[in-house]
Amino acid sequence: MSDKQLSPYLNEFEDIPGTLVFNTFRSRQGFNLNQFCMSLMKPENREKFKANEAEYLKPWKLTAAQATAVLKRDYLAMMQNGGNIYFLSKLFSTDGFPYLVAVATMTGMSQEQYSNMMLAGGRNPKGVRSKSNPDL
Amino acid sequence: MARITAGVTTSHVPAIAAAIDLGKQQQPYWAPIFKGFEFSRKWMAEHKPDVAILIYNDHASAFDATIFPTFAIGCADEFESADEGWGRRPVPLVKGNSDFACHIAQSLILDEFDMTVVNQMDVDHGLTVPLNLLFGDLKPEDQWPCEVIPFPINVVQYPPPTGKRCFALGRALRKAVESYPEDLKVVVFGTGGMSHQLQGTRAGLINKEWDKKFLDGLTQDPIGLTKKAHLEYVREAGSEGIELVMWLAMRGALNDNVKEVYRFYHVPCSNTALGHIILENQPS
Repeated sequence: MSDKQLSPYLNEFEDIPGTLVFNTFRSRQGFNLNQFCMSLMKPENREKFKANEAEYLKPWKLTAAQATAVLKRDYLAMMQNGGNIYFLSKLFSTDGFPYLVAVATMTGMSQEQYSNMMLAGGRNPKGVRSKSNPDL
Repeated sequence: MARITAGVTTSHVPAIAAAIDLGKQQQPYWAPIFKGFEFSRKWMAEHKPDVAILIYNDHASAFDATIFPTFAIGCADEFESADEGWGRRPVPLVKGNSDFACHIAQSLILDEFDMTVVNQMDVDHGLTVPLNLLFGDLKPEDQWPCEVIPFPINVVQYPPPTGKRCFALGRALRKAVESYPEDLKVVVFGTGGMSHQLQGTRAGLINKEWDKKFLDGLTQDPIGLTKKAHLEYVREAGSEGIELVMWLAMRGALNDNVKEVYRFYHVPCSNTALGHIILENQPS
């Protein structure tokens, strides 16, 4: 996604740290990845995927970065390559993981650290509101 | 004449679906969450609506990446629970009200809200979790106690509609309901929220202060809430906190004068701050 293409409206979100707003450009970028994920809503496709992941991915024409991210279950990399969490949820559900587990992997924290943070009230917005103003 | 008697908002966290389907309601993590809906289930059982118009967002279930309808309405007779990657949820079939939904669609379109009319779709946790929370942990052989008109709003791909536009849509929805000749008691649901972020290194964001102000504003100053820009939702309530614009669609469908009969707020529910409110319409 080229920054040049971003409208002032979309560009404002880029100031929020650690956040990839799923805009129309990312939607274009992630189309094949997200549609692959949608295919996992059918039990027979989940079985085929589990039997041979790399083979199953071929017809979906993912970029090399997207395919590697899927095979490594690197959710942050999938997001950076146009994935959206609700589409990606079909992948982690196929693996038998809930949102809490998949989401935690994107934060750089361990599962335990992330769960404990949530139990203690979640991530405090202080300091993570704005890249340009870390004091907010 | 059909009439809207009350509005309900609630988060629709998918982990609640798993907790119900796996029978975890009594576990220490889940017990306080389900206890928070005891009053609501009693209230709903006494309120007995004929129809629930349920505003929610589809989470890439009925709509794939080929299409992101901003405002849609389910006009089918029935809706099956979607397979979101772990099989279809064991919940009753959702029965719609086709005639009423078609009337609402027509009224909204002629009122300049260009709806997408959906004649077939599955409904995901965004719709079935609120039904569970308000009507109980029903099994597939049971029946939901009222008809349900699914009303999906896009909050997945940016830009979603503004809060102001959603509120105006709610106003038009009220007009549509009140111009339907059949005597129907209608409850409008606005679902999703509250603060949560499901992606990026900032995931797990929760903003209790902001959420509480939003709950207060929903009852007392919804017009004030319609002035919030998308940027504020994302900055303060997380990238998925944007779902709260759907609560404003519900609020727009109510009278200015409402009575807050119940409120519940709990952190955490999975990655999310769970918020819930019941507003009864008062004479305007």
